[in-house]
Amino acid sequence: MIQAIRLSFRTRRAPLRFRLLTTAASLSAPALVIAIVAVLFQEAAPAVTRFGALFIVARSWNPVTLDFGALPFIYGTLVTSALALAIALPIGIAVAVVLAEPGAQRIRGVAGTGVELLAAIPSVVFGIWALYVLAPLVYTHVELPVAQRLGFIGIFSGQPRQTSLFTASLVLAVMILPTLSAISRDVLRAVPKGLRESAVALGATWWETSWKVVLPAARAGIFGATVLALGRALGETIAVTMVIGNRPDISPSIFAPAYTLASVIANEFTEATGQVYPAALVELGLVLILLTFAVNILALLLVRRSVELPR
Amino acid sequence: MSNLAAYRRPMQSFKPDLRAVPGASPSTLRVQGLSFYYGKTRALKDVSFDIADRRITAIIGPSGCGKSTLLRVFNRMYDFVPGARAEGKVLFEAEDIVTTNRLLELRQKVGMVFQRPSPFPMSIQDNVAFAPRLLGWRRAQVKEAVARSLQAAALWDEVKDRLNAPATSLSGGQLQRLSIARCLAVNPEVILMDEPCSALDPIATLKIEDLMVELASDYTIVIVTHNMQQAARVSDYTAFMLMNQAERFGELIEFAPTGELFNQPRDRRTEDYITGRFG
Ligand SMILES: Nc1ncnc2c1ncn2[C@@H]1O[C@H](COP(=O)(O)OP(=O)(O)OP(=O)(O)O)[C@@H](O)[C@H]1O
Ligand SMILES: [Mg+2]
Repeated sequence: MIQAIRLSFRTRRAPLRFRLLTTAASLSAPALVIAIVAVLFQEAAPAVTRFGALFIVARSWNPVTLDFGALPFIYGTLVTSALALAIALPIGIAVAVVLAEPGAQRIRGVAGTGVELLAAIPSVVFGIWALYVLAPLVYTHVELPVAQRLGFIGIFSGQPRQTSLFTASLVLAVMILPTLSAISRDVLRAVPKGLRESAVALGATWWETSWKVVLPAARAGIFGATVLALGRALGETIAVTMVIGNRPDISPSIFAPAYTLASVIANEFTEATGQVYPAALVELGLVLILLTFAVNILALLLVRRSVELPR
Repeated sequence: MSNLAAYRRPMQSFKPDLRAVPGASPSTLRVQGLSFYYGKTRALKDVSFDIADRRITAIIGPSGCGKSTLLRVFNRMYDFVPGARAEGKVLFEAEDIVTTNRLLELRQKVGMVFQRPSPFPMSIQDNVAFAPRLLGWRRAQVKEAVARSLQAAALWDEVKDRLNAPATSLSGGQLQRLSIARCLAVNPEVILMDEPCSALDPIATLKIEDLMVELASDYTIVIVTHNMQQAARVSDYTAFMLMNQAERFGELIEFAPTGELFNQPRDRRTEDYITGRFG
């Protein structure tokens, strides 16, 4: 008896060496983040000192006059990501619900593998496909007809273009779809079978069971999948660069060209000369990181609330 | 001392008419020549018996003999198992459960309580209101149903002050009574219970058993149990099932009023099982 108590007392704390090792390992990730931000900050210093806080609200981007502002890029990044999420989320969850359903295993296996393969396609390939296939299709079958009929509404106004905010959002939607549906499917599969059965046994239809019981039970995980997808959308560079039109404008129309933080960095970094121009690009990188952090923290707070309240 | 007396809880008061002969009370479910298959493997062969109205019928037998399978036929829960198929008839209110396509109605009338409680991720109140809301009942009706069913499930006093608390905050025994309340809410005729006490401590088990006996005055209850004392304590009729070792399907060996089955089993195998000489 006493033996046992002593033993448990001794084993409560891990050996010192082990604790040091794990502490160091677990601190390395935040340290790395801090280091990256610090270096970026240092590199961006010329722009930071020159433009100050105005940088994030200024709308001009002129390498000739050295007049730089981040707002059009922040706008482009946020709007494409939000639009992509709005398109991909309902589809992704619907796909996940179907894939997570027990029964018809072979079809679901094939479909599930297809979704996972979609995630494995390199983004530059998505970009090519978007530029040569998706953009012309969207232009003739969506943008033109919509602009003709609903052009009086701000977001559809102006002359539609093949490379536009809308096309970029669509590509992004396709790219985050596999992440969304694959993770959501796994989350939905992990919902205890008893929950589904209990709902069915109470006379719920398949639809009611999925919508009222299974999805709510999985919502924390689905939210996690959404945040992951949003992170990918915010930072996605090459495919977006190929189809967004690369124009630092803030147009009300989603059919107009735009620019994102990641795209402008990728496009202009090699040609940026002097001191201020490259520094401004680095500062855009800094803004992108902070934007991603902000979104993640916001998501974390949201998920805390939604999980803790009615469980 | 008879077998039954050995199993019985002391002071347990039985309703006097419970020792009735089969057929004394009208039957709710009539199982006729029921066979069941999981794909090509047969799980049940030719099961026939009648389940008495507003009585407790226990299904006992060793693990894997098909008790759950049989129970799940009664509200068609097997529909979700790929390749599962039933043959024969189960008559309920002049309709054959095996072939009916009014499934939602069936499941409202034949409720089920599972072995492990599965509280929905919502409040206690919403859990009980789940089925009434599916049926589109009005607010007042739903509210009334929640109170009525929580009372009937002997849970009201424990939760009446925290109806909006998450259901997951309840203990295991309370959760199982919540499951019962959940299916009582839409006034079922039959309540199926698959080992409802196997995850509970003795006191919570006794509470559920008392509750079952009480509910049996209004509902027909079918319970699967591994606990023969429990079958002896609460049930009016007992069905004993066994796996046919040669061909590996479950079959009904004996069905009789509980007292008879435990005290004068007609089949040798029943006697072996209840006296513990089996397996
Ligand atoms: N989904 C399924 N697919 C295939 N076979 C199954 C399935 N469910 C059960 N079986 C088989 O059917 C037989 C009866 O199973 P069942 O669950 O009805 O037994 P049980 O009497 O309830 O056992 P226990 O007392 O352990 O719960 C078993 O041989 C089991 O392996
Ligand atoms: Mg079972």
